[in-house]
Order: sequence, then C-alpha cells, then structure tokens
Amino acid sequence: MTPNQPATSVPHPIGDSVTRVDAKEKVIGAALFSDDLQFGPGLLYARIKRSPHPHALIKRIDTSKAQALPGVKAVVTGESFPGMTGLYLQDRHIFCRDRVRYVGDPVAGVAAVSEAIAEQAVELIEVEYEPLQGVFDPEFGATSEAPVLHPDLGKYKVQNFIFPKPGTNISNHFRIRKGDVDAAWSQCAAIVEHSYRIPHIQHVPIEPHVAVAKVDENGKVTLWGTSQSPFAQRNLIAIALGISQSDVEVIAPYVGGGFGCKAGVSMEALAVAVASKTKGKPVKLRLTREEEFYTAFVRQGMVAHFKMGCDAQGRLLAMQNRFYWDGGAYTEYGVNITRASGYSSSGPYDVPNVKTDSFCVYTNHPVGGPMRGFGMPEMHTGLEQCIDELALAIEMDPVQFRRINCVQGGDTLVTGMTMHPTGLSECLDKAAKAIDWGRKVAPSAPNKRRGKGIAAMWKAPAMSPNASSSAKVALNEDGTVTVSVGGQDIGQGSFTIAAQMAAAALGVPIDWVRVATPLDTNYSPYEWQTVASRLTWSMGNAVAAAARDARQQILELVAKAWNEKIEDLDIVDGNVISYKSEETISLKNIAIYGLPLPNDQGWIGGPVLGRGNFMPTYVTGLNAETGQGPRAVVHYTTGVQAVEVEVDLDTGKVQVLRGVGAFDVGKAINPEMVKAQMEGGFVQGMSTALFESLQLKEGVLQNPSFVDYRIATTSDVPMDIQSIIVEVPQDDGPWGARGVGEHSMVPTVAAIANAIYDAIGIRVGAPPYSAEKVYLAMVDAGLVKEMEG
Amino acid sequence: MALHHITLTVNGEFEQVDVPSQMTLLQMLRDKLALTGTKNGCNAGECGACTVMVDGEAVNSCMVLAVECQGANVVTVEGLAKDGVLDPVQQAIINHGGVQCGFCTPGMLISARALLNRNPEPSEDDIRAALVGNLCRCTGYVRIIEAVQEAAKRQKALN
Ligand code: FES
Ligand code: FES
Repeated sequence: MTPNQPATSVPHPIGDSVTRVDAKEKVIGAALFSDDLQFGPGLLYARIKRSPHPHALIKRIDTSKAQALPGVKAVVTGESFPGMTGLYLQDRHIFCRDRVRYVGDPVAGVAAVSEAIAEQAVELIEVEYEPLQGVFDPEFGATSEAPVLHPDLGKYKVQNFIFPKPGTNISNHFRIRKGDVDAAWSQCAAIVEHSYRIPHIQHVPIEPHVAVAKVDENGKVTLWGTSQSPFAQRNLIAIALGISQSDVEVIAPYVGGGFGCKAGVSMEALAVAVASKTKGKPVKLRLTREEEFYTAFVRQGMVAHFKMGCDAQGRLLAMQNRFYWDGGAYTEYGVNITRASGYSSSGPYDVPNVKTDSFCVYTNHPVGGPMRGFGMPEMHTGLEQCIDELALAIEMDPVQFRRINCVQGGDTLVTGMTMHPTGLSECLDKAAKAIDWGRKVAPSAPNKRRGKGIAAMWKAPAMSPNASSSAKVALNEDGTVTVSVGGQDIGQGSFTIAAQMAAAALGVPIDWVRVATPLDTNYSPYEWQTVASRLTWSMGNAVAAAARDARQQILELVAKAWNEKIEDLDIVDGNVISYKSEETISLKNIAIYGLPLPNDQGWIGGPVLGRGNFMPTYVTGLNAETGQGPRAVVHYTTGVQAVEVEVDLDTGKVQVLRGVGAFDVGKAINPEMVKAQMEGGFVQGMSTALFESLQLKEGVLQNPSFVDYRIATTSDVPMDIQSIIVEVPQDDGPWGARGVGEHSMVPTVAAIANAIYDAIGIRVGAPPYSAEKVYLAMVDAGLVKEMEG
Repeated sequence: MALHHITLTVNGEFEQVDVPSQMTLLQMLRDKLALTGTKNGCNAGECGACTVMVDGEAVNSCMVLAVECQGANVVTVEGLAKDGVLDPVQQAIINHGGVQCGFCTPGMLISARALLNRNPEPSEDDIRAALVGNLCRCTGYVRIIEAVQEAAKRQKALN
C-alpha cells in the first residue's frame, strides 16, 4: 500500500467475508439478550390489563381489588400519564385514558413480586366499557360514514411531511401528480387494472419483546430492553413523561431479531410507567408469544388499486394507484409507510405520467408499524403482478418488458428527483439468466405444474430527512481498537460491518477491533434508529469518519515526533510506517501514552479518540398536492428476484423449488453476510407468500400462536437459493455501499405469484397462497375438479 | 408452594436444586442455574428456542417439568464446547454464516447435536426433519442445514 493509492483500490478487510464478530459468543450461549440480564431479588414483574373490545369508551376503572392483593407493589392507569408519544405523529398515550381502540390496547399495568401474582391482579382490575362501532376495513374507514376513531387528530403533534385530515380517519394522505395520467390512457395500447388485498402479518422475531425499567428517586429512568432504537426510545419516553432526555438511559443488549417491531416505542413505555410507581425497584415486562402476535407492531394490511398502461412497444405510459393502508388503532409510525409507498409508487420504472393517492387510515385493528420492507413488499406484490399482466397483454416477455422500462441513472423519478446510477438492468439480466428464464422444465410428476416468475423492486431508506449517525473509535493500551456505535446488531451484522470499516479506515487487522456492547445511550454515540437498511451506509459513514479522525491524530503525532511529513506516513497492519525514513512503530506504543520528543524534551500526544458523524443534508420537502420536489430520498437500492415453483394439482400446495436474488448493494462490505441477508429475506418473503396472515375477525385475532400462524420451517425451504451481488457504487456511501437488509423480501411474493400464474394460468389474488386457497382457485377456474367426499 | 429437592447432571456437573412443582426445566436452567444460553421464545412448545438434551434426546425444555428431571443428564448449549474447543456443529454454523441474531442458535445446535449423536450420517431430509421444530426468522435455514452437513463430515473425519 502506498499513500497515493488510486481511489478505486479498496483496503482490506472491505469486501472480505470476515467471520461475524458476535458469532462465537452466540454459538456458545454467552451472548446476552434482554431476558438474560440478572436484576437480583428486588426485581418486580409487570403484567398489562388489556382491552377486550376493538373500540369502546372507558367508563370506569376500579383497581382497588388489585391494589389489595398481597404481593402487588403498584397498579397504574392512564390517569397518571397524560403525555403522548409517537414517532411521526403523536397519537398514543402510554395507557388508554378515555377510549380503547383495539383488542389488546393497554388500560392498566401491575407490578408484583411474581408474574403469577401480577397476572392475578390484572384479573382483579375492573373496567367498565361502552362499546362503540368499529372500523375493520381501511377503505370504509376512509369514508365519511365511518365512525371517527381519533376525534383529536387535529390537535396531535405531527412532523411537517405528514398530512392528516382532522375529522376523518385519514392520518396521512400522500399524493403524487406527475404528468397527465388522464390524457395518457388514450395513447395506451394496453391497460390493466387490478385490486389487491394484502393481509396483516407479524414480524415474529423468535425473541419476544422484553423491557426492564427502573425509575430512581431523582426521577432518572433506566430502561433495558429489546431495542432497535435506543435513542428514539430515549427521546420519545422523555417527551411522553415530560422529562429531559438526559434523565433517560436506554441499555440495549443483543436483539433476537427485530424486522422493525422493536423500533420506535411500544411496550417499553408501559414498563417505564409502571416502574415510576415502584420506588426504585426494577420492573420487568415480557410479552407472551400470544401478546407478541397482536400487541406488538404488526405489518399493516393494505387494499391497493392499480391501473397501468403501455404503448404497443411496451413503454409504460401511465400509472394510477390508490392505496388504503390499514394503519390500525394508532398510526404514529404507519403514516410514513403510507408516504414511502407514495413516493415509490411507480415501482422501479420510468413512467412519465403517475397519479397516486396513498391513505393511512385508522382502524380498530392492531397497531401497524414498520416491518422489513416498510410498505414495499405490500406495494410490489400487486404492482409487479400488474407489470406481468401488462406484458402479457401486449404479448411481450415479462423480462423484456422490465428491461425496456426499468429505472436508469438520470431518469426523472415519480417525485421529480433525478435517479442516481443504478444496476437494476444488470440485476434483471443476471437473475433471468440464473433462473434459466424462458426454458421450460417438465414437472416432477404428472399431477404437478411447474412455472417460473420474476419480479423487480426498489426501495429507499424511509426516515426523517436528516436522520443521523455518529461513532467513536478509541485505541486501547495494546493498540487494539474499540468502536462505539449507537446502531444495533439485530442479526443483520452491523457490528461486524462497523469493525471492518474501522479496521480498513484506520489500518489495523480486523481482529484488533472490538465493538462496544451493549448499546447504552449514556455511552454510545447517537444513532437515529436501526431501521430502513440505513446502518451500513449512514452509520458506516460515521464509523469510517471516526476511524479516519483517529488515524489523522496518530499520523500528526508521529509526524511531529519523527519530524516528518504526514504524507510520508501510513498505518499498515497496526504499525505506523514512514515511506521516507522507513521507520516503523506499533500503535501500542502510541495509543494511550503518546510519544517522547527527541532528546528527552518531554511528551506529545495522549489517548487517541476519533469521532465521526454523518447526516444527509440534501433531502428536500415534497409539495403536498403533487408530491414533487428536488430530492425525495437519499437513494434507492434496486434488485430482482426470480423463482421456480411447482403446484400440486391434487392439493394446491405450492413448492418453491429454487430462488435467485440479484441486488445492487453499491459495494458489498462483507459479501457472505450480504448473501445471508438475501437468503434470509427471500425465505421470509416466501413464508409470507405461502403461509402468513393475521386472521382478524371484528378486530379479534384468531391465530395468535405458532401453531395457527405458521412461518417457514426447514421443511419448506429450497436449498438452491442463489444470491447475486451487483455493485454500482453509491456516491455518498462508505466505499460505495448502500443497504440491502430489507430489500430481499420486497419482490418475493410477486415473483412467486407470477410463477404460480406461469404454472397454472391463475392469478390467485390476495396472499398467502396457501394450498387450500390455490386449490379452490384451481377448482373455480375449472383446472381441477373438486374431489368427492 | 411445595419445593422438591432434585439432583441431576447439567453439562457434566452434578447439581442439586429446590424447585416448585410447576417450574419448567427451562425456568430452572435459566433462573436457578443461571444458564441463560437456552432461550424462551414461546413457552408453549412451538418454537424450539428452548431445546436441550435430556438423556440424549432433544426436548423443548419449556414443556418439561423440572421435577421430572430427577437423575437426568441434561446438556445445554453451554455444555457443547469441550475445554474451549467448539463442537463441530458450533464451528460449522459459524463457518457457514448460519448465525444472524443468534436467538434460535442454541436450540438449533442442540437439535443438530442430538441428531448427529443418533445418526452420524444424516441425509438432507433427516436434517430437515430434525430441525423442523426449531424456528428461525433470520437465516432462511439453508446455511444451517449446510452447517449440519459439514459437521457430520468433519465428525466422521475426526473419528
Ligand atoms: S420456548 Fe420452548 S418451544 Fe418455544
Ligand atoms: S438467527 Fe435469528 S432466529 Fe435464527
């Protein structure tokens, strides 16, 4: 390595598939998760009294019997907590005060010496309700006939890019008006129109939510928990309680899967509220698996109406979309999913005329929140099936159709933003080739039909425009390096990426780098949230900057001590070297104690501590009427998935035989970990395509267990999942990187639906494509005869 | 609440524990013996995160009462590595990138170890069947199945 290396060369271990830094402690059972922390005999246990009604007024709460139960230490209700919370729209109280809005809405909390006593006390709390008419369909909810669930919507605090409609259930209406859709239809050679209903699903991390809260005599709050967002939790809890952010400390150990449901604030605030009445004793709240299914964030349901048309050459001319998001009882987070699906509503295509109305609608369903993909899997499920239909309508191959229309660098996007360079067409070609597109393969048995399907996607990080990151890089006595970040490792590998980037930017071996855990808002540098697939890019920039800062400090110090120029110095493998004098010194001799000046003239230096931050400064607002503006988002990650499936004519069972994913990640910092994300996302997407749906009946969840809500197991997955990395660099990404964690489940449902169509010629409609549903669809279409008996 | 005094072997160590009648093996391991490597994902026998070996069999420890384990030989994830050397399934799952969040990992590893003990040369279908009760939401399973295949090979080479 020379000091003047060409900009294109990438230092190790960037691009190396190093082993995860947390792998060993996870395989020996030593990695600590929230439920594993020990709090000693003073620990109290909380349980929550929840609403049995989807919509009702609270007439009376009597906690006296619960208070009197031996072993009960505190009973709290909404009366003591008037403050509101919410990320983009502050529409929730910690506990309900006058009204409940979903089955499971918290009305009171108990702390007791055991979980059993807490549960018993919850039973003793008497609540009198006056049931009200509910809203269980977002399209109905958006009409003027629907009962208004949040009469105070107009008074809620809201971020300036969200547009609620007070007096209705619409908590955000995002519009796109690009070109002239109405004029364009007449020029179309083919038009397709389809409606899709996407069910609610659950994230189901294998680790349920846990929060342990302690409020000391000075009112200082400490919260340990399963958190993707320690800093957002600190902020929102401080706001809800009306206290200073500096009086809230959130400590977040390893997270056993998040997928969005551990972002923002949900059950954590309940634990804090209960603990505020237990005189300094810590209180633990742990959701049961059943509670996990309906009281944690769910992925919102959606009703989507698509209309799109193209000319005879297959060029997309117009799209018109209406999205009704079933935001649930509170839409503090969901309002931004509505916005994200609006500003990406063309899909990854260059379309001159687009009209979109995306509505976030309050319903009496579980609370919608962020889930892997943030609206994009739901939207692409319908959109990418329509693209196939349109290709079919003009008798064009679906891959060719996508090739003609897919978004390219320089295109004017649906918001007016100019697209950056992107590798979508490369992804398309590579995925099609890998799945042997166009080659028909005979089914494995006479009662089976085989088909292939493909779908493209794009997704931008959906976040506040100025969501930021920071990092610290400190050297230890032996020259090893401690990287501190505020972004969480929820399994996606962000700690390993941080270590790789610090090693590369500083010039030390990867095994010299440690990442400081657990995250602790008192000691970890600020990070907005671990969401939006933004850490590799945003936190990565901060880590690289912090490591470069440390490097600069070291080089300045050595230059002074050796009386050399910084340009002649370098750090390689943990040693500072001079290309001029050929001197070398190990970092361990510099890191803490500095260096002696020549001739015993004293010392210079001191502990090396690098700092770095990153905040995108260029995202602009969008016009409320048209959704147009110079720059809607930071960037888009694009990609394609293709699958081959077999449908059993006797049972309707869909078997995914193989899958291919190709995504433009800018630069793969750790290629094997990138591929692991692509595989994991593919299987999660496949699971939602084939099995998953929260069955809600008048607001009551019918299947809150793993037996009734099935997710993919080892028996369902194809071994043949190919992951293809495409690298068109991101101009402001560290070494060109951008995120890919969520993207890998965005096109999966559509790809599988398109493959099912290829196999049996039927559009099954709303996912999941369960054996029963597919079978009945085949009967309906006359493809098979219903079996007797 | 009546306490029962039980004796058993956990990860090769002799243990004596006083347990209430309703306490599950999972609770005993986590709360009485501070072996928190074994995870609680559902407490209902549906996810496999709590899998441990009891007398060589992989079981969901949330579905077993502690009192039933009088005299039993229990192995948890903490007992897989010997003298600081990882079990071949632990090493293989690292090599194959089969760990993401790591919450399912302890249960997966125990199910895999129990399989390899009774069937040192499992087919792919044997592996799928042995792990079908261990839910993983992160990895998509492929790398885990491959890791068990590699562990079987490695183990054969060692013996
Ligand atoms: S915790 Fe025992 S099977 Fe889920
Ligand atoms: S690695 Fe997260 S559940 Fe398996």
